[in-house]
Amino acid sequence: MSWLDAILRFFRPMPSGVVAKERLRLVLLSDRINLAPDIVDQLRGDLIATISRYMEIDEVGLDVTFETRENDVALLANIPIKAVRARPLPPPMTAAPPVTHDAATGAVDLAESQDEEPEAESGPVAEGESASPIEAQEVIAANVSSRRKRPKSKGSP
Amino acid sequence: MVTSGKGGVGKTTTTANLGCALARRGRKVVLVDADIGLRNLDLVLGLEKRIVFDLVEVAEGRCALRSALIKDKRFEDRLWLLPAAQTRDKQAITEEQTEAITRELAGMADYVLIDCPAGIEHGFRNAVAGAEEAIVVTTPEVSAIRDADRVVGKLGERQMPTRVIINRIRPDLVKTGDMLSVDDVCEVLALELLGVIPDDEDIIDTTNRGEPVALAEATRLGSIYAKIARRLEGETVPFTSLEPPGFLERLWGALAG
Amino acid sequence: MAEQQAAATVQPQSTEPMDDAAQAPQQLGAAIVITSGKGGVGKTTSTANIGAALAARGRNVCLVDADVGLRNLDVVLGLENRVKHHFLDVIEEKCALEDALVPDKRVPSMVLLPAAQTREKDDVRTADMAALIAELRKRFEYVLIDCPAGIEMGFKNAVVGAQRAIIVTTPEVSAVRDADRVVGLLPAGLEPQLIVNRLRPQLVRRGKMLSVAQVDEILRLPLLGVIPDEPEVVVATNRGEPVSLNATSRTGEAYRRAASRLEGEQVEIEDYSAEGGFFERLAAWIGGRR
Repeated sequence: MSWLDAILRFFRPMPSGVVAKERLRLVLLSDRINLAPDIVDQLRGDLIATISRYMEIDEVGLDVTFETRENDVALLANIPIKAVRARPLPPPMTAAPPVTHDAATGAVDLAESQDEEPEAESGPVAEGESASPIEAQEVIAANVSSRRKRPKSKGSP
Repeated sequence: MVTSGKGGVGKTTTTANLGCALARRGRKVVLVDADIGLRNLDLVLGLEKRIVFDLVEVAEGRCALRSALIKDKRFEDRLWLLPAAQTRDKQAITEEQTEAITRELAGMADYVLIDCPAGIEHGFRNAVAGAEEAIVVTTPEVSAIRDADRVVGKLGERQMPTRVIINRIRPDLVKTGDMLSVDDVCEVLALELLGVIPDDEDIIDTTNRGEPVALAEATRLGSIYAKIARRLEGETVPFTSLEPPGFLERLWGALAG
Repeated sequence: MAEQQAAATVQPQSTEPMDDAAQAPQQLGAAIVITSGKGGVGKTTSTANIGAALAARGRNVCLVDADVGLRNLDVVLGLENRVKHHFLDVIEEKCALEDALVPDKRVPSMVLLPAAQTREKDDVRTADMAALIAELRKRFEYVLIDCPAGIEMGFKNAVVGAQRAIIVTTPEVSAVRDADRVVGLLPAGLEPQLIVNRLRPQLVRRGKMLSVAQVDEILRLPLLGVIPDEPEVVVATNRGEPVSLNATSRTGEAYRRAASRLEGEQVEIEDYSAEGGFFERLAAWIGGRR
């Protein structure tokens, strides 16, 4: 807070209703987060899945929490990175759970993270928009082919 | 069901007055006091001396539902009360029992208003078991809204349609920024507004006398409850303006006593 | 703490004599439950304000929020952002008691022990609560327990371990009725005292509200305090600042006096009946002249 803010605050104290509204916003945020551990897990899973597209991460060492501070509530993520992918993987297909299982052979981190974090699977699947059958098949084909390519790219430094 | 989470925000008063307002419109209404052990709906309606049987006795099969219902004679055949037990507690009845009783009552009446006790545990779960729709009552205060949000969350888990009544608002304090406004509350809770009831000195007096304000539609509060009843029935009714009375009005009010 | 076998039934004495002797023979603090039956009459506000007033007098005070699932003592004190653990964490040995205690922002000798927000009152076993209060009494001169509304598990857990009780009511029939019920349910020996909250002297004068005397006649309890209804309490809760720390506040003064009486001081009970706004007095004068 700058000295100007401090002076203004002295001469024009904020009405208590405004203070109350802000406090309420934060306390409800905190309450709602704490009350929905399954949603938080889903969020965690989604985060892992998304970040995994760009980099290999250490899921065991991963820590995602919410912290309530004096003036805000923050989502803190400590995600140890093992390696950065040469190219980001495409986003997971929303309407094709079988593909992710089938791709276990070729897909390295994506399938692993899907298996280890079942919520991540359900997240995108549940919340994503359902694509039309033709689009779905095209994307499935693209996913499968990219996964087949991955072992090669992974091998190269 | 009329619920809130926080106690003392006006659930019972609202249930009583809304019931009266609906009965005035010709609807058949049964009010159920689900606050077992700390009953007050009877008191607010002025029917406390006529209690013979109560909700728990009905649930335990010790009397017929009809015998426990108390007719409010001010409304001919249209307003009835099913009182709570006073000497038991909320664990004396199960959700299945409340659901069964509510269903039976719904067959007899146009509206069954369940006055839910404070809290979000047994009493709440019992009351919600029979309900199809919820009215959350809150005051524009931090604690009340926080508790209301908890209740809204619980109602959301059951996908129960919910609307909010904001009670005891003080427009003078809202104007000076010392109280959350109607908009603030609706924004925070994200609920459709069913009604706004101003803080009013007469409420306490009418509770003490057992004469709900909604009996007299000509009064400010009476007309507000009448509007809420209309909204409950599906009408779109503009909200009463709650501008604080001006200087001269207050002087006049004080002189008129 | 988990190993203590406190009485399973509700008894005011919660510590076993054996344990007391084993500890340093210091004076145990007083555990006081603040209850009412009816919700919304001012238990939490009273707990916060009396606690703050006691702490301002130099006492070591611990405020316990017993309203599991619907906690608000943290909000009334403005400490909601500093809550890291709650008393169930302590009981379940997920953290030490010290980690759960939140020191107040303004009066250092007052701390808050918050309730869990995402659990239920039934999750707390009465024996565990009794043991917790006993532990707190060893460290604090006053342990004020903010009881939830109702008379079920939350109430039972809040009263266990208490030596004294404060009943809060408003001058209104439902509240008085519920207060009366609660007095009947208190364990023996708690010697409850009464706080009449949200009094509006103008309404009492006009016969539209029960007077303190009328309330006391029904409940028959020694009066601890009479707190007038003032908008400043709304403002104080908005800001999370106990009004009893405000030197110029009328309500704050009433709470400070209640705290003095709690300590045994002989302080006269306020008589607000002589007061009234200008218009009230004008109206009364005109009315008298008709």
